[in-house]
This record gives sequence, structure tokens and C-alpha cells, in this order.
Amino acid sequence: MTDRAGWRLWLPLGLMLLFLLLPFYWMVLTALKSQPELLNSPNPWWVFHPTLGNIIGLLTTTEYPRWFANTLFVSAGATLLSVTVSFFAAFAIVRLRFFGARALSTAIFFSYVVPPAILFIPLASVLIKLHWFNKLWALIPIYATFLVPFCTWLLIGFLRSIPRELEEAALVDGASWPRIMFRVILPLSVPGLISSTIFSFTLSWNEYLYALIYMFSSSNKTISVGLTTELMRGDVFQWGQLMSGALLGTLPVVLVYFFFVEYYVAGMSGALKD
Amino acid sequence: MLDRPNVLGLLLAAPASLILVLLLAYPLGLGIWLSLSDAVLGSPAHFVGLRNYIQLFHDPVYQGAVFYALMYTVCSEALKLFLGLGLALLLNRRFRGYRAARAIMLLPWVAPTVLSALAWNWLLNPQFSAISWLLMKLGLIHGYINFLGETWPARISLIVVNVWRGIPYFAMGYLAGLTAIPKDLIEAASIDGATRFTIFRRIIWPLLLPVTTILLSFSTIWTVTDFQLIWTMTRGGPLNATQVFTTLAYQRAINGGTLGQGAAIAASVIPIMLILAFIALRSTREGS
Repeated sequence: MTDRAGWRLWLPLGLMLLFLLLPFYWMVLTALKSQPELLNSPNPWWVFHPTLGNIIGLLTTTEYPRWFANTLFVSAGATLLSVTVSFFAAFAIVRLRFFGARALSTAIFFSYVVPPAILFIPLASVLIKLHWFNKLWALIPIYATFLVPFCTWLLIGFLRSIPRELEEAALVDGASWPRIMFRVILPLSVPGLISSTIFSFTLSWNEYLYALIYMFSSSNKTISVGLTTELMRGDVFQWGQLMSGALLGTLPVVLVYFFFVEYYVAGMSGALKD
Repeated sequence: MLDRPNVLGLLLAAPASLILVLLLAYPLGLGIWLSLSDAVLGSPAHFVGLRNYIQLFHDPVYQGAVFYALMYTVCSEALKLFLGLGLALLLNRRFRGYRAARAIMLLPWVAPTVLSALAWNWLLNPQFSAISWLLMKLGLIHGYINFLGETWPARISLIVVNVWRGIPYFAMGYLAGLTAIPKDLIEAASIDGATRFTIFRRIIWPLLLPVTTILLSFSTIWTVTDFQLIWTMTRGGPLNATQVFTTLAYQRAINGGTLGQGAAIAASVIPIMLILAFIALRSTREGS
């Protein structure tokens, strides 16, 4: 069933998509331009002499590879920690309905809306006391502060949709709760776990404020922080290198997203509902 | 032991609770205490009551930040809602390539904000802006626009970039809302002779209201406390014209070292947050 789409669909849709894709086109274009072409071109909207010089320069003369590895390490670690911990918490809240369940789920919701903007100052002094300042791995538990509420909220919604009869039957058969968790509920939660994994990974990859403040050595920086602090010094910015870095830093999340579009969308609307 | 739901429940909830208490609840309380103290980086803090808040109240830079934070939020939210809904209505039809269009349109939301803000930064460069170049070629302007270096162009540019990033979120939410509307309801109305506009106003829009509340409250929370985008593009400048709560708190606390002042600026967002959180919580619970 396909609508016959006329200009009244394509014109506004085309303009909108053009606007939404503009900065990405600009990233690719700039990454491929040489410095002279960047500063003087008969038409800035096109590249006449494409070069890989910026990307090669970025990978060989700056610490970018290190920042990339750091971002990957922190994102993977924070995702693993948060999804695991959140699955346990969501299981306790929804399936076990232990005595603190309702209070905990409300607390989780309020944690979800506490923005890093309110926390970054006092959290800095907590990190100093714990001697976690400027330690790369410290970003893993820090990112968990916004990932755990999000994932738990998502998984609560997901676990609610699994029928109770399943575990009641297993209980009658004499299965223990831990066994039910791993053998019955876990396999059925895989789509929810994939959604929360993708979201956690993307959110960690995109984080900026905490990494900017708490990681001051260049070798501990993430992509966003490294580019905006180390490569934006002095009077003349190397826009070719900067845009190459932005492009390479955007690709991983975009690839993950395109591979898992369905889960991404499900997670996004899952987070909207309870 | 592990078979008692209460024991196992506590055990399973413990790791998540520990992280949230130590790194979220405790800092939140500490932040409120700091905002009531004269804490400066590297020296002991003393309780000073509401002094920081009273100072802020009379501080023109803070007043400016409140003004721009509100303007930034209200304008961006209105535009995101309008354009996001429009995009959702366009994408809610089955045309050739609608799947691809839906996937592509989410990119601004997926991509790391700082990195795309960098691209916007270069796109709006005072000397080499390709947008200025295009407008000059079209004969609409006579000189390059200093997009991020002058008060109003900077304020408007940041709103445009925020809208750019947020349209997909609203479009996605509205698409989910639109799919949930029963088709026969709309068919019945159009058989009865209702125009498309009437159908939208009388049927579709009222049914989308709950989704609208949720989308707006979450999006407003993120926009009021936005840091990445503004910091990457203007750092609150020129001359504090685009200062908001977060950027000002950062400058006072991290660059200036006055932790107490910074904490008070950050804490002054909490009431707004609480109201929005209650609205969001109520509408998510009603939705289920």
C-alpha cells in the first residue's frame, strides 16, 4: 500500500531532510579539503581537489587515536556495568516486587531527570575525595549515574510486558528465583537488553561535560573533549583536521544506529511510556 | 535465603542503589550545601546562608543568563514541536523510501552533539561561512554575517542549532503517537465529510496531547540544562549574550574557582526541574 506522493510531500520533506543532513555533508566536505582550498575556493559547497591529508595528519600527528580508544573503553565499560546492574534492579522491582520496589522505581525516575548540569560541581569534590580525579576508568561509574536510571526505566517497562504465568508455572515446578531470572526472564529480555545497550553506548559516546572537567591530561581525554580543547588552541584552527575528527567520531554511533534502527526506535518510544 | 523475594530483591537492587546514592544523591545534597557556603577551590567552606542566592539575584550577568535560558528554551521548544509534528505527519505516509527517510531523519539526534556543533561552528564562521557565501550569491546580503560574534545573530543561531538537533526527537515521538491512532476513526470522519484540517484539529491533535506533554517535559529539561551545544559554539559569549545556567555555573565554579556561587547557579534550576519531572511522571503513569 503506497501513497502516490506528489510535490506537496516531497518539497517540504526534501527541505527538512536537507536541513537535517547539512552539517554531516559539511563535515565530509571539509574533511576532504586541503587548507588552501578551505580558505579560498570558487564554491565552498563543493570539493575540487579531495585529499586524505587531514585524516592522515589527524591520525599520525595528534593524540586522536588515543582519544578514540579512550572513548571506546569508557563507553563499553559504562554500558556493560549499567546494563547489568539495571537488569538486576528492574528484575527486583517488576518480578520480585520486594518491599522497596515502589519507592525504588520512583527514586529511579527522579534520578533520570537529574541533569549532569546540577551535579558536576559537587561531583567534582566527591571525585577529589575518592582520588578518582583524572582517572579514565572513573568515567565508567560516573556515566552509570545517568545510564542506570535510563536503562532501569526502559527495562522496567520491558519486563512488565512478560506474562506472570511463565514464572508462576516455573515456581510450581520448584524452580528457584535466581534460576527463573537467568533461565526464564533473561532470554525473554534480549530485545530490551539490546535497546538499553545501544542507548547506553550512544549516550556514553556523546557525553561531554563530565569528561571535560574531570579528565585534564591529554592522554585521558575522550574524542569530543580532545578535539575541542587540544585542537582548538591558538589563532588558526585546523578545520580540516577538526572535521576529520568529528567525522570519525560520529561514524561509530551512526553505524551502530543503522545496524539496530528497530531497537533504537523501540527503545526511544519505550522510554516515553512507563 | 535467596529464594525469599524480599532478600533477593534487596540484593539485586543493591548495586544500582549504591551507584545512585554515592554518585547522584550524595552529590545532589552536597551541591545544595555548597550553594549555602562560601566554598572556593582549595580552601575550607563556611556556611553563609542565602548569601550566594541574594548576590545572584542582583547580578546582571545571572539575570541575563536567566533571560537567555528562558528565551532559548521557549523558542526552541515551540519550533521543535511545530517542525517535529510536521515531519511526523509527512513521514506517517507510506511512500517509496519512507523507511530510509525515517532512519535518516534521526541522525542529528544520534550524532554526538559536540561534534555536530563543531560542524555548525565552521559553517557559521565569520570569515569563511558557506551560508554567508550562498546568501551573498543570491544577493540577499552584502557582507558576511558574524553569526556567532554578535548578540542577536548568536542567540538566534544557537536556537536554530538546538532545533536542528531536537526535531528528530519530537518527530519520532509523534510518529509513535500517530501510529497508535486507529485508522477507521479517521476514515469514518472523512466519510462524514470532514476536511483534513478538521480531522487534524478534532481527532488527531487531541489524541496526541498526552504524547505532547511527555515530549515537551523531557525536551524542556534537557534544553534548560543544555551545555554541550552552547559551550562548543559560543562559550556563553559574545559578552555573556548567550550565557545560560550551565555555562555560567561552569565559568564561575570551574574557571573562577568560586564553587559556592557555581553551585547556587546550578541549584537554582532544581525548582524548574522538579515541576517538569512531576508533570512527566504523571503523564507517563497515565499513559500506561
